[in-house]
Amino acid sequence: MEWETVIGLEIHAQLSTNSKIFSGSSTAYGAEPNTQASLVDLGMPGVLPVLNKKAVEMAIRLGLAINATITPRSVFARKNYFYPDLPKGYQISQFELPVVAKGHLDIELDDGSSKRIGITRAHLEEDAGKSLHEDFHGKTGIDLNRAGTPLLEIVSEPDMRSAKEAVAYMKKLHALVRYLGVCDGNMQEGSFRCDANVSVRKPGQPFGTRAEIKNLNSFRFIERAINYEVERQIELIESGGKVVQETRLYDPDKGETRSMRGKEDANDYRYFPDPDLLPVEITPADIEAVRASLPELPDAKKQRFIQTYQLGSYEAEALTASSELGDYFEAVAKGTQDAKLAANWLMGGLAALLNKHELEISASPVGTDALTQLLNRIKDNTISSTAAKDVLEAMWHGEGTVDAIIDQKGLKQISDTGAIEAMIDEIIAKNPSQVADYRSGKDKLFAFFVGQAMRASKGKANPNTVNDILKQKLEG
Amino acid sequence: MSQDAISALSLKELHDGIHSGQFSVMEATDTYLDRIERLDGKLNTYITVLREQAQQQAQAIDQQIRKGELTGPLAGVPYALKDLFCTEGILTTCGSKMLSNFISPYDAHVATQLKQAGGVLLGKNNMDEFAMGSSNENSAYGVVRNPWNTNCVPGGSSGGGAAAIAARLAPMVLGTDTGGSIRQPGSFCGITGIKPTYGRISRYGMIAFASSLDQCGPMAVSAEDCALTLNVIAGFDERDSTCANEPVPDYTATLNDSVQGLRIGLPKEFFATGLDSQVAAVIERAVKEFEKLGASVKEVSLPNSHLAVPVYYVVAPAEASSNLSRFDGVRFGHRCENPKDLMDLYKRSRWEGFGEEVKRRIMVGTYALSAGYYDAYYLKAQKVRRLIKQDFVDAFKEVDVIMGPSAPTTPFKIGEKADDPVAMYLADIYTIPTSLAGLPGMTFPIGFAADGLPVGMQLIGNYFQEARMLNIAHQYQLNSDWHQQVPAQFA
Amino acid sequence: MSTISEAEVQKVAHLARLAIPEDQTTAYVSKISSIIDLVAQMSAVNTEGVEPMAHPLDSVQRLREDVATETNHREAYQAVAPEVEDGLYLVPKVLE
Ligand SMILES: [Mg+2]
Ligand SMILES: [Zn+2]
Repeated sequence: MEWETVIGLEIHAQLSTNSKIFSGSSTAYGAEPNTQASLVDLGMPGVLPVLNKKAVEMAIRLGLAINATITPRSVFARKNYFYPDLPKGYQISQFELPVVAKGHLDIELDDGSSKRIGITRAHLEEDAGKSLHEDFHGKTGIDLNRAGTPLLEIVSEPDMRSAKEAVAYMKKLHALVRYLGVCDGNMQEGSFRCDANVSVRKPGQPFGTRAEIKNLNSFRFIERAINYEVERQIELIESGGKVVQETRLYDPDKGETRSMRGKEDANDYRYFPDPDLLPVEITPADIEAVRASLPELPDAKKQRFIQTYQLGSYEAEALTASSELGDYFEAVAKGTQDAKLAANWLMGGLAALLNKHELEISASPVGTDALTQLLNRIKDNTISSTAAKDVLEAMWHGEGTVDAIIDQKGLKQISDTGAIEAMIDEIIAKNPSQVADYRSGKDKLFAFFVGQAMRASKGKANPNTVNDILKQKLEG
Repeated sequence: MSQDAISALSLKELHDGIHSGQFSVMEATDTYLDRIERLDGKLNTYITVLREQAQQQAQAIDQQIRKGELTGPLAGVPYALKDLFCTEGILTTCGSKMLSNFISPYDAHVATQLKQAGGVLLGKNNMDEFAMGSSNENSAYGVVRNPWNTNCVPGGSSGGGAAAIAARLAPMVLGTDTGGSIRQPGSFCGITGIKPTYGRISRYGMIAFASSLDQCGPMAVSAEDCALTLNVIAGFDERDSTCANEPVPDYTATLNDSVQGLRIGLPKEFFATGLDSQVAAVIERAVKEFEKLGASVKEVSLPNSHLAVPVYYVVAPAEASSNLSRFDGVRFGHRCENPKDLMDLYKRSRWEGFGEEVKRRIMVGTYALSAGYYDAYYLKAQKVRRLIKQDFVDAFKEVDVIMGPSAPTTPFKIGEKADDPVAMYLADIYTIPTSLAGLPGMTFPIGFAADGLPVGMQLIGNYFQEARMLNIAHQYQLNSDWHQQVPAQFA
Repeated sequence: MSTISEAEVQKVAHLARLAIPEDQTTAYVSKISSIIDLVAQMSAVNTEGVEPMAHPLDSVQRLREDVATETNHREAYQAVAPEVEDGLYLVPKVLE
């Protein structure tokens, strides 16, 4: 019998607040070490936490977006353990009563079907600082700028059955937090990171012992780490060994997971309600106020795109990956009155350029107006699709407006029937044997004539006109 | 005016003397600095004396007063702080070796309030380490002695401040009370002190012992002096989430109200076995005084109060074990020599930096929160805590205030209970129930036992009834002079 | 549930990061046991249906506006630190 993989994810999303969850320090990334660490963040004797309102609102936003229950009275607890980047010797987190309980997210599988992933809870907590292990005379340096940054830890049910599903879930959640404006999703800066609980079992059997892989901060790593871990566990069990419950670290260079030393004794966290903080009350009115401010969510947008623009599910999914992309698409679709064309260019030419330059749609040098104009020039037969690609590239590099570039590069299509007829007559005259072969049934030679015509016109001949005239003349 | 005369003045008289030009802030300040220099060797009530800084402050305040820039009731009044209030630029030890080098980078809320009111900070008072203790023997800076009998303890944990008031080494100090740390030493030293309702005063900058219990409060000679101080330090502070956003009355405005018709409850559990018979006699006499003033007396019951000490010794150590984790030798405080690795740094720094009682409570608290014990200890204690609170809620349906002893005995001898933590813990049996309920409690002197040592009356009010309590104590003090008495050696 | 073993004392001391010397473990056992005996008196009370009380006042958490109000005071804050370099707090090498 095959092995079945069981995966649950704990995702930490850094909330995009201006200040920390319990102090007035800035959360801006990249400051000089410990310059954004206030008395509270440093855990100085005598200081006290005061909760950031925005962090709570953001948690509610996410909760509503995953159809979760918002806890009317949630409680902050202390998770006690010693670590140099944890200034107070405890992390303020939520334990028994998290702000968000029981929700779900639907992911799309490769075969086009969708699968519901349960979300157990999402709780607010503070981030720790950073330990820097580069050499300080063999010591570790501690930067507490990140300490106290608000995190929303989103814990899934063990509902995923492959690394692919895990990645799909993570991507979906990544898109969602960005839609909601609660997290910038920057994985390189650690704003969106993931711990994966991985186990294997024979189908129908109870869950196997799980290993927790910590701090995966790219979609690629998570897929590789899980696949490696699954292999490791299967091999271990099949060779008579036993999986131990432990924390493992993924080493992207080696593509392996390895056991984290010395963490095994840190497991008695002695959670108890933080006496410095009171229960957080969230009223139905609070919830409705947040609900009223929610944007259109990805799933709803996708459905609307399918209906309004007659897009396929795949295209609609791709174009709703971020709200900016969706907005961009809609602007171009409206400007061109051709959603299909807009979708093709967004997912084709423009996407290729964005990928190549590692830019988000919001940073695209080619705006919606420019792309609309460009596509309209295809539609009114001013230029060919092939020429349009050159124009797009030129616009990307700031060489001018659509029409200026068309003029400058002389890309205007020849649609004048007389000129094309003359050109084709010449081609037919020059290639008598091919004409004879074609007429005797070698249909494939049609492409040869089109190619000749396009070459002769330096690509400017309107291909439809060329086709029509060629057909007419060759049938002769 | 002579120093002896100045040291006999109340806060109001100090203020009036300064503002009418009878003497300067500098003279008032020097009076206390000189007394400290001359007398504190016998008592050890101060960890830090800020002679130069206090004199500079006095000079500046004298000028401000002359220019009419400072007029408030505490302008020019000297005071001291228990050494767990953070004071910017000033050593703040919390009575611990752990913080023997901790120059606080900021001011506690109450330190700011008193500074802005124009008070002159004389120094920082000795205390039981991290406020854990009932005798002031648990200080890394030496034991404090009781001015009424220097072989006896002053009580704790605010023992330094209480003894300083009794010996007139400060006219007013701020202490803190977690399970009785203002009231029990107040009683032992024959002074007046009030622990307000939990949340009445910001805890910001007060080094935490047990967060759900800690509350700061004034200690002084009289209820009136406490009222004047409370006016300055009470109130909302956005930096403390547990600080109550309740209006602050003028605590001096109602001091002269009559106690005619006051309904006093005496909890029968506070007068059962365990209470020293001499203490009981003094209490009964004082209660009669109140009857003479027109109050009525009724027995009430606090049936769960005998569980207060057990509950407290779970809740307080549990919170403390976590609160004290930040003392890890990384960002401030004691760090051991040549740690061989991180674990060694943590374990040795903490072992060396903390004293015995603190370590004991960290151990108990860690145990009570650990896997398998949480429900039986911590959760259970929180449930019983509610029962204890409910007892008071019920009692206050029948009476306006509750009275009883602040401590079961008069001060005991130094060393007498040092090896028996449980016996020591019982010194707080009458103050802990109030603390667990978060109710305000105060102590004021009502006489002496045959051994010549003072006895304090504990007065417990309903939530945010500090004004009424101060009024009641003040009315008693208008009709007695126990609070005015000064131990012979320090007169 | 009232007594604690030497092994438990050492385990708790480790959790609390306290280096109790071996020869003091016994003394700790007896002192802590006596405290645990004291607190165990609670277990006799019936608390069925009683809501645990975490705070003396029944109030709810106040929320702070999301404004960055703090400025850099690194130098002042690190003046009390045992060991710093280049603005970082230093500790013995941490192995992960
Ligand atoms: Mg986790
Ligand atoms: Zn977390």
